[in-house]
Amino acid sequence: MDAVNTLAMSPSRGSRVRPGRRIADRMLRVSCLVATVVGAVVLGSILLMLIVEGIRGFSPALFTQPTPGPGSEGGGIANAILGSLVLTTIGIVVAAPIGVMAGTFLAEYGRTSKLADVIRFLNDILLSAPSILIGLFVYTLMVRPMGSYSGWAGGVALAIIAVPVIVRTTEDMLRLVPGTLREAGAALGAPPSKVITSVTWKAASAGIVTGIILALARIAGETAPLLFTALNNNSWFSANLMGGVANLPVMIYQFALSPYPNWQGLAWAGALLITGTILALSIVARLVIKPQRSR
Amino acid sequence: MPAVTQSIALAEPRRAARKGPSRGLDTVFRLCSYGAALIVLLVLAGILGSIVYGGWPAFREFGFGFLTSSAWNIGTEQYGALVAVLGTVASAFLALLIGVPVSLGIAIFLTQLCPGWARKPVAMTIELLAAVPSIIYGMWGLFIFAPLFARFVQIPLSNVVEGMPILGTVLYARVPSGVGVFTAGVILAIMIVPFIASIARDMLDQIPTVLRESAYGIGCTTWEVVRHVLVPQAAVSIIGAIMLGLGRALGETMAVTFVVGNANRLSASIFDPSSTIASRIANEFNEADGLQLNALMALGCILFVITFIVLIIARLLTRRVRAA
Repeated sequence: MDAVNTLAMSPSRGSRVRPGRRIADRMLRVSCLVATVVGAVVLGSILLMLIVEGIRGFSPALFTQPTPGPGSEGGGIANAILGSLVLTTIGIVVAAPIGVMAGTFLAEYGRTSKLADVIRFLNDILLSAPSILIGLFVYTLMVRPMGSYSGWAGGVALAIIAVPVIVRTTEDMLRLVPGTLREAGAALGAPPSKVITSVTWKAASAGIVTGIILALARIAGETAPLLFTALNNNSWFSANLMGGVANLPVMIYQFALSPYPNWQGLAWAGALLITGTILALSIVARLVIKPQRSR
Repeated sequence: MPAVTQSIALAEPRRAARKGPSRGLDTVFRLCSYGAALIVLLVLAGILGSIVYGGWPAFREFGFGFLTSSAWNIGTEQYGALVAVLGTVASAFLALLIGVPVSLGIAIFLTQLCPGWARKPVAMTIELLAAVPSIIYGMWGLFIFAPLFARFVQIPLSNVVEGMPILGTVLYARVPSGVGVFTAGVILAIMIVPFIASIARDMLDQIPTVLRESAYGIGCTTWEVVRHVLVPQAAVSIIGAIMLGLGRALGETMAVTFVVGNANRLSASIFDPSSTIASRIANEFNEADGLQLNALMALGCILFVITFIVLIIARLLTRRVRAA
């Protein structure tokens, strides 16, 4: 028995490893490898599907023409692209100051306060709260009182999703700034606000920008909250943010589930466009933060 | 010497005068940051307040029966949450059942087994997977996964289990279309894998290398190191990560809406179409009014309660470790 074992075993492993232990070890290695391969295959299949179907639906008209009516040929998604740009811009413009200031409060003023602990905890929860609930909130807050779906409501819903992301990264990045820098600033006679704006924020700027880019990537593909707030608008984009505004995610949702091949093609093209944008943003965010870490 | 004293004396009032506005600015800045932090608090309170306010008429109308009734009839205005709640819990449970082993496998592979050169690209790919919008997963599930699943799994399996005692109900697909609770579970599993895997990987990476080396040094196999050293060390935070994934699975809307089938039917089979809370809200909200709208808001309340309990537990578990 022992002899057989020794023969089967690689010499470096020694001869005292019982077969049971060896099998358990092999099984772990194999199953971990299988898990990773399965993950990679699924990812590959999703990306492949996006690229193949998306390129099939791609045409220059995408960027120049509005969404076509049901069952008709041609058309593009220009109004949805523009609408998405406007909505995410509103979202990030509203969210960035609030998020950065709140993160500053948590990292600079609220290190020891109970209130800051509570806010930090609730912010973490808001970070993973179901986005559809945020849609219901903004619907009650804005859409119902104002009487119609509106671009403003969509922007606010996206801002609410972006804020916790920015708060979290801003706080984490400010905490990485060494306390000696703040002390040096204070020793020169600068009041706390001056120390924060011209010392700590500057030292952490790359990290804060990363947080904002990540938040942008997060809200760019959000669909559920827009269903109840900005909804859609099949005509050419109007500057009227008081009415419904076409946007890529809702357009993709409605067109992909429609029975018209033309609409489905446009949905795939939109899906490729939006995923490509989000992946690019995520990669940029990683590149921005890199030089700071190595410093 | 007197000149110096004089100049200090002269400078004194000027400094005092400059201090005034700057201190005012300082206070404004502090209050701004304070106010911004309070907004986070207000938003959370607002979310809870708005859905309780919106759902209250439904709770008053149906009372506790709202939770136990499986009715959802727009014509007779009878609404109950049972099907949607069960669908939500069942799909999230299936997602954990499939997703947790895979994500732990990936985390262990990345930290223990993977050759160094491949570690970074694989880890980055998985993190990017977490950034893909959920609607894309829904499209993949509906157009790629569901047809394949119906053809190669549901139809053969239904033929095998037909007539069997328990399996014949649980695994039998009346209409093998590929959509249903199980497919929703699979898609949710794919969505939470990158999430759980990247947190678990961070946790495993934080364990001091000395612990691992000493275990290998006394002759442990990789399995034994994982089982007796790494898992006990990281268990609490990994459970926290799993709970975070669960919170995400419970509230996920778009991907599930694509593949769950959106039927209000109480069925024992995991292959039958059903609904989750989020998918029902997404589907019906825009056309709803009156009591139906209230019932959907009430569903939102239930979702709020379930996910927030899960998320609070998750954050407490992950925080305890960070503090230790």
